[in-house]
Amino acid sequence: MKGLWAIARRELQSYFASPVAYVVFTIFLLLSGYLFFNALLYFNLFSLQASQYPWMAQQLNINQMVIQPHMHNFVVLLLFVIPLLTMRLFAEEKKQMTIELLLTSPISVGQIVLGKFLAAFVVFLGLIVLSTTFPWIVSAISDIDIGPILTGYLGVILLGGLYLAVGVFASTLTQNQIVAAVVSFGLLLLLYILPFASNALPGPMAKVISSVGFAEHFEDFTKGLIDIPALTYFLSLIVFILFLAKQIVESVRWR
Amino acid sequence: MIQVQELTKRYGDFEAIQGVSFSIGKGEIVGFLGPNGAGKTTTMRILSCFMPPTSGSGSIAGLDLFRNSLEVRKRIGYLPEHPPLYPEMTVRGYLFFVATIKGISKREQKAKLSKAIEQCGLVEVQDRLIGRLSKGYRQRIGIAQALIHDPEVVILDEPTIGLDPAQIIEIRRLIKSLAGERTILLSTHILPEVSMLCNRVIVINRGKILASDAYEKLTSEMDRGQRLHLKARGLDVERLRSLPGIVDVQSEDADSCLVEAEQGKEMREAVSRYVISQGWGLLELTSKSLTLEEVYLRLISESEGYSA
Repeated sequence: MKGLWAIARRELQSYFASPVAYVVFTIFLLLSGYLFFNALLYFNLFSLQASQYPWMAQQLNINQMVIQPHMHNFVVLLLFVIPLLTMRLFAEEKKQMTIELLLTSPISVGQIVLGKFLAAFVVFLGLIVLSTTFPWIVSAISDIDIGPILTGYLGVILLGGLYLAVGVFASTLTQNQIVAAVVSFGLLLLLYILPFASNALPGPMAKVISSVGFAEHFEDFTKGLIDIPALTYFLSLIVFILFLAKQIVESVRWR
Repeated sequence: MIQVQELTKRYGDFEAIQGVSFSIGKGEIVGFLGPNGAGKTTTMRILSCFMPPTSGSGSIAGLDLFRNSLEVRKRIGYLPEHPPLYPEMTVRGYLFFVATIKGISKREQKAKLSKAIEQCGLVEVQDRLIGRLSKGYRQRIGIAQALIHDPEVVILDEPTIGLDPAQIIEIRRLIKSLAGERTILLSTHILPEVSMLCNRVIVINRGKILASDAYEKLTSEMDRGQRLHLKARGLDVERLRSLPGIVDVQSEDADSCLVEAEQGKEMREAVSRYVISQGWGLLELTSKSLTLEEVYLRLISESEGYSA
């Protein structure tokens, strides 16, 4: 366990020793802030109109119109951001040959993979915590339902976990950071668009395909549901992908 | 301390090492000698548990390399060919990290860290970023990294490569100072290094061990007979060759030559008397033992199927 923490701590340090983390934070907050602002403006316009039509006012729901889109924005923004956070993790170790130090030390490969995942997860959590300022501000000036925000953020955290796991996995495949980023971006995009085919496919197939993608499961959380199948989907997929990553790292031993 | 039997490592069709067996006793400093691509790094990577061999087995301190891999790794300090350093860390921070993943308890960490920093001459750079340091310092950090957990066995892959002469001398002194308590296996293709540092030499080429013996023994065994270096004004190589007891004379330049005598014969007296009697001006006459270079080249070229 000590090894795991040491790996995680070192990895965290190196995130903030380079400009990568700062740039990613800035860009992410800038973009998500802009999108959030947009949703607010739209809501504002809508409520002005609603003052003239009482039936419209009943449909006005700030959770649905501002917070839910905010959560959905994460799906796309993180798709771009997380590969940048994870691409370095193993690719750089391979390139600098520091992987030799890790693999000849008395720690297990599982600890190495988990330690790195954990470090990236902490950085990601920092990002998410900073992004909660937007709902915070809204809650201060309006009557907002806190429940769906919390479940929504739980969903975002699970989604981020899945993205990170895929990113860690992609980084174990190569010693080139760009390749790692492109591969993780591609895999994540694939998981995202997989359900698109479900409209054109026959019933049972469509169901399978749409439940392999993460969009459907994520949706539940943004609506304020903590759904056991969705929870299981994210957690088991994260564990499985990290296991694959561990196998790949270990494969230098038998290749 | 170190024992390996019949190690073979195949990368696809290419056999990096074939049937390598040797054993190294406690406290020995052994030099691993061979040209580039001979299989030195592969063997060392197997010993350090970085990767398993295709076949064969090995043990360190009585522990099997593969079944007790984690225990073995606690007992080994390994400096790979490229020192495994993180440029964005400080020297101290890096060594602290290594100490932790090598499983050193918190209580001992500070003492061991200071010891390694001092031993490797890193005191004045300990708070600097590794990326800003010179190659010599990086190599020393690499060695410090291999020593930090007081391992019983130290494996150094080309520890002096890329260093300037002063740094080389320093590193050698450091390695020498480790002798006694630790078992050291170091690879190199710098021959004098081996004769300076090691009790024993293992010569490897094309994945096969050619010789494994004490340095002196290796050189005397290969030695066919006494060899004399002669320098004399007015020297005539052809006439010298006719002297009984002499196998071969190779002229080096106008005034000097290399005389090879029959095995077991002391020829210095006879040669000097002959030179005087011929009226040549004797300038120099020294007995030369075979250098490691010559042994090495002879072994390598014999293994490649032609004579030197």
